[in-house]
Amino acid sequence: MRNSVSVLIGGSAGQGIASIETLLTKGFKRSGFYTFSTKEFMSRVRGGSNTTLIRISDTPVNAPDFKVDIFVPLDTNAFFHAQERITDETFVIAKKGDYECDCVRYDYDLESLAKAIGNPIVSNTIAAALVFGLLGCDGAVLREIISEFYTNELLAVNLKALEVGAELARENGNCRYCIKPNSLMRPKNDLFLSGTEGVGFGAIAGGCNFISSYPMSPSTGVLTFLAKQSRNFGICVEQAEDEIAAFQMGLGVWYSGGRAITTTSGGGFSLMGEGVSLSGMTENPMVVYLAQRPGPATGLPTRTEQGDLELAIYIGHGEFPRIVLTPGDPKECFELARKAFELADAYQIPVILMSDQYLADSYFNVEQFEIEDKQPTAHVVKTDANYKRYALTPEGISPRGIPGYGEGLVLVDSDEHTQEGLITESMSERNEQNGKRLNKRELIYDEVITPEVDKEGEIAVVGWGSTKHIIKEAVERLADERIACIHFSWVYPLSESQLASLQKAKYLIVVENNATGQFAKLLRLHGITVHEQILKSDGLSFFVDELSEKLSVLLKEIR
Amino acid sequence: MNTRFDRIVEDNAWCPGCGNFSILAHLKEALEEMGLDPLQCVVVSGIGQAAKTPQYMSVHMFNGLHGRALPVAQGVKVSNPSLTVIAEGGDGDMYGEGGNHFMSAIRRNADIINIVHNNMVYGLTKGQASPTSQRGFKTPVQTEGVHVEPFNPIATAISLDASLVIRTFSGNKEHCKAMLKIAIEHKGYVLIDIFQPCVTFNKTNTFKWFKENVYELPDNYDPTDKVKAFEKSLESHPFPIGVIYKSPNKDTLETILREESNRNGAPLYQHQIDYRLLGDEINKHI
Repeated sequence: MRNSVSVLIGGSAGQGIASIETLLTKGFKRSGFYTFSTKEFMSRVRGGSNTTLIRISDTPVNAPDFKVDIFVPLDTNAFFHAQERITDETFVIAKKGDYECDCVRYDYDLESLAKAIGNPIVSNTIAAALVFGLLGCDGAVLREIISEFYTNELLAVNLKALEVGAELARENGNCRYCIKPNSLMRPKNDLFLSGTEGVGFGAIAGGCNFISSYPMSPSTGVLTFLAKQSRNFGICVEQAEDEIAAFQMGLGVWYSGGRAITTTSGGGFSLMGEGVSLSGMTENPMVVYLAQRPGPATGLPTRTEQGDLELAIYIGHGEFPRIVLTPGDPKECFELARKAFELADAYQIPVILMSDQYLADSYFNVEQFEIEDKQPTAHVVKTDANYKRYALTPEGISPRGIPGYGEGLVLVDSDEHTQEGLITESMSERNEQNGKRLNKRELIYDEVITPEVDKEGEIAVVGWGSTKHIIKEAVERLADERIACIHFSWVYPLSESQLASLQKAKYLIVVENNATGQFAKLLRLHGITVHEQILKSDGLSFFVDELSEKLSVLLKEIR
Repeated sequence: MNTRFDRIVEDNAWCPGCGNFSILAHLKEALEEMGLDPLQCVVVSGIGQAAKTPQYMSVHMFNGLHGRALPVAQGVKVSNPSLTVIAEGGDGDMYGEGGNHFMSAIRRNADIINIVHNNMVYGLTKGQASPTSQRGFKTPVQTEGVHVEPFNPIATAISLDASLVIRTFSGNKEHCKAMLKIAIEHKGYVLIDIFQPCVTFNKTNTFKWFKENVYELPDNYDPTDKVKAFEKSLESHPFPIGVIYKSPNKDTLETILREESNRNGAPLYQHQIDYRLLGDEINKHI
């Protein structure tokens, strides 16, 4: 009996990977497993070679393994695309004679079987039922799900396909990779959410009522999510002519009291640089969702990387405060997307919420959580006739009025400005306003989220953003009591309070999905000694088995 | 004439005799005579001498970045449709740096007034060619004269079916004010391109030149005839001034976005989050 099984499905775009994925993930979840899925795909609308990995377990798993237990290549290309992920124990459901491998092959032509029962497209359902059977899962669950999905003729042929698949599983040794759910441990009503959905729901909870974006992978999911929910939650949605306009429209919305977000990836974010700077100067809030993909330039459009941390921290000319948040799973995506609106509003700054293709497109098992149903704090003030937008106050933040609410005029200026908001070249006023803007950083330090520390130990493995659960499980697998895991979901600005756990560690290993160790560089700027780095920038996320192997090599050296 | 839109300004950055002074005065008077409340007016501008206009008025001001007045103005209007929103700047700001936003703003048709001070030259950067500079116009950069076709904002706006397209001349007070009033009154996107002399950097297209090179459209001119309007937009030396094109009625951006998001006309700052529905939506992912 195993406690975790990985199923890989490969095929070209448009071949129906998604339908098997839906059947299996729903089926596994309903059967009581902790379920995780992630995908990698080529930048093509049709064709190419893509895979979806589904991992199930009797304990929470929220990270992928590279090596898989069952592999369903829907075509020959898919097999070669993913053959490195096969071991000699991998069960490959493949068409007879298509290729050789040191694996347990199940040679059968699913397509002919599907044709034989009336429709070649149900070969995917046969494969799903076969996988289900091999794992010893109850076929009735799959039957139930298929009945929810299809009607009439399609239902009939899919049910037939289910029988064929179940029969094949029986012939091939039912329960070959048996796994039993832990029904006692897994809480009822937990959620199956992607990073994208987490951000989308979080934005709604943060009071988002406007989104303007230019579509760009892998950020577009949040744009379409909010567009789909626009009627439910009163969200005005406008596709912008470019990222520059997307950001500027958002600034116009915040200026007059709305709560806007824009979504983009690195290339589009580069275009938003002047907008970020304008947000800083005018003290006009703004929220950006930055879903990273590998650069430079167009890079690998559908792949993943954590290569834009420095971009997020330094983008925009001049000096001004900002906050950069880096959630590590859909629940943090929800919480931090919501918090991004609150922070932007409270401190009148740009807030950048970072994700990446891996996190955006992966589905995690998330325990159901309570949504605090308090409307957002009203940071907008009603103006009086003497209102000055950039008044110097003991609190250090100028109360923000909006046009049409109160008796005052709201003047904001991209030039250095007086307290009233008019252009000035007075050095003393420059110093007052610049000082006020920069001093907000001190106030922001009170809000920082200290990193999540898992276990105690003198060796700290540090990550930020989407690597959270991969690092966590890789470290668990090593079962080395010297290691602690530290996950940063707030990476900028960094305060002393966040660094305490790092200062305690004798040996620091920073794991990042980029080539130059951008977070390690940031830590070094804060006087932290980073001993080792594990970096990866080939366009894929880390995998638990891969990372655990790399860590164990390092640990041997430390010994 | 004193207006409620006046601001006491000690240090105006414009050159004496600049056409901007007339446009500022005409605009304030037009707003005053139409009985608008400064507290309900927002002027969004970019960068340039014309873009300084809201600095010298008593209105809400968003003086943003070069070329970016239009997207900000559209955001403001969507967020609070009850505000009168003006996006104002020069030919370089609106047609050059902000050219893409110009085309998209016309197509979106938010109810905003796009005032463009068109003096066919760059003022703030000291005398280089602007998108509307005429061929052969010599500058310190275009030393042999401008070698590209001038941008025709009127023809562009008509081709994109702008809701209302107007051209006027800062030196013709009555005409300019009347046109500004029509623009402010109109529901939907309005381009109002205002010819103005630059006394310092444009010695070709002077006050006298403009005066001799414009003519008022006759009373019987029909701006709803799109093909005629397009013909008019191609005329030059002299250039026609007046309401050149008026499109058939169409919905504004702010109305459409509100219908699509099931909102009433209330400003976005009154937004309430439906947490019960949010919980229901999240629970669909169980």
